[in-house]
Amino acid sequence: MKNVLLICRKELKSYFASPIAYAVMAIFGLIFGWVFFNATREFIRFSFQSQMMGGGGTANINDQIIRPLLGFTGTIVLFLVPMITMRLFAEEKRTGTIELLLTSPVKDIEIILGKWLGAVLLFGCVLAMSMINIALLFAWGKPDLKPVLVAYLGLLLQGGTLLAIGALISTMTRNQIIAGIATFFVSLLLWLLSWSTAFDSTWISSLLNYLSIVTHFENFGKGVIDSKDVVFYLSMTFFALFLTSRSLESLRWRA
Amino acid sequence: MIKVEGLTKRYARTIAVDNISFEVEKGQIVGFLGPNGAGKTTTMRVLTCFLPPTEGSASVGGFDVLSQPMEVKKRIGYLPETPPLYPEMEVVEYLRFVGKLKGISSADLARRVAEVTERCALGDVSAKLIGKLSKGFRQRVGLAQAIIHNPAVLILDEPTSGLDPKQIIEIRELLRSLAGEHTIILSTHILSEVEHTCERVIIIDRGKLVAIDSVANLTNRLRGAEAVAVEVEAAGGQPNPTEVQQRLEQVPGVSRVVMKDSKGSRLSFEVESLQGRHVRADVARSVVSAGWNLNELRSVGLSLEEVFLQLTAAEPKEAEPADEGGQKQ
Repeated sequence: MKNVLLICRKELKSYFASPIAYAVMAIFGLIFGWVFFNATREFIRFSFQSQMMGGGGTANINDQIIRPLLGFTGTIVLFLVPMITMRLFAEEKRTGTIELLLTSPVKDIEIILGKWLGAVLLFGCVLAMSMINIALLFAWGKPDLKPVLVAYLGLLLQGGTLLAIGALISTMTRNQIIAGIATFFVSLLLWLLSWSTAFDSTWISSLLNYLSIVTHFENFGKGVIDSKDVVFYLSMTFFALFLTSRSLESLRWRA
Repeated sequence: MIKVEGLTKRYARTIAVDNISFEVEKGQIVGFLGPNGAGKTTTMRVLTCFLPPTEGSASVGGFDVLSQPMEVKKRIGYLPETPPLYPEMEVVEYLRFVGKLKGISSADLARRVAEVTERCALGDVSAKLIGKLSKGFRQRVGLAQAIIHNPAVLILDEPTSGLDPKQIIEIRELLRSLAGEHTIILSTHILSEVEHTCERVIIIDRGKLVAIDSVANLTNRLRGAEAVAVEVEAAGGQPNPTEVQQRLEQVPGVSRVVMKDSKGSRLSFEVESLQGRHVRADVARSVVSAGWNLNELRSVGLSLEEVFLQLTAAEPKEAEPADEGGQKQ
């Protein structure tokens, strides 16, 4: 555990020593801010209209701003994760520092967990950028807090899974760019799985739908914690990290 | 301290290390000499538990690299060919990180960092980013990283490659000061490197072990001398070994005759010549004229010479005079 935290701290430091952390946070902050601005403007127009019409429809901040906004965030995450994970192992392989880690009295799994945890914490910092905007809603409106927290939990679980997949892919190459692009396409594929099967109901399509990362976020977005979704994310994360340890092990036999 | 037995490492198509065995005793400083691509790095990577051996075994301090890698890793300090540095870290920060990684307790950490900083003369740059350091300083940070946990065994892959002559001398002095308390294996493809720092030399070429000997013996054997294996058989009955040996020693140009084996009436000798002398013809004439049969006469140690030629060719020309310049300072 001590070693996990040691490596995690080192990863976080190098994220913040390089432009990556700031770039990812800035990009996310900008996109989220823009979408937030538009969603809020629409919401305000809608609530003015309904007041002028005589209070026919009820405007709900949770349903009309927060839920679509955080649902959309689940999609942006697909683009951010490769930027976070691409360097995890690829960079160490390229510069040879992997030799230091693998010849130190530290278990492979400690290295992997440390790196993954570092990536998750950075991802948490990125998500925290969106809380600035959400806080504005709490300052001037009365949204329900619980569904917001559940949605963030979902984002974190989904992010954790994708980060584990990204870590796995990063062990397979010494080229960061390749690792990043491959991670992006795998994430994209896991997202698209839900599309192709929307109008189909054979067992294959339901399986593909189940494997799609985004479908499991839907319940979280509605403010519902379904243990089925939690289990899905946790088991996917565990499986990806297990494969990462296998891949790291195979590095010794191949390199 | 280090024991390697029948070590073989095979990659997909090539054999990097082919059935190598050697031992290194505690406190020794051993040079691992061979041309580029000889299998030095692979052997070192096996010893550091970075790569598993395909066949054979290797152990450090009595612990096997395959079955007890954690124990081995605690006992070795390793400097790979490119020092494993994080350019975004400061020197002190990096040394603290490696120290913790190697399992130094937080109570000892500050003291150990201070010690290696002083020993590797890193005081002036300790607050600098590693990415901003010159090649020589990076090498020293790499060395500091290898000795920070005071390991029993130090494994250094080409510790002086790419350094300028003055830096080479500094690193050599540092290595000599480390010998005794640490067992050191260092690899190099430069012969003079070994002459300057090592007590024993292990020469490998194309994955095969060519020679293990002390530096003095090897250089004598190597410098232009020739070794010939001779097998003599007496025509009628048992030849007298001392008589044959004396006769061979009297051949002009022969420096040393060693009896290798005797199988019944056949006696094997190894005859070494003086520098630059070719003695095979004279040896043959001498044996035959004494009335014995000459069963075998062949040159041995040729591979060693071949390796030696490659090694001397790789020796940088400016190293020697610059060496002297450095020592004057």
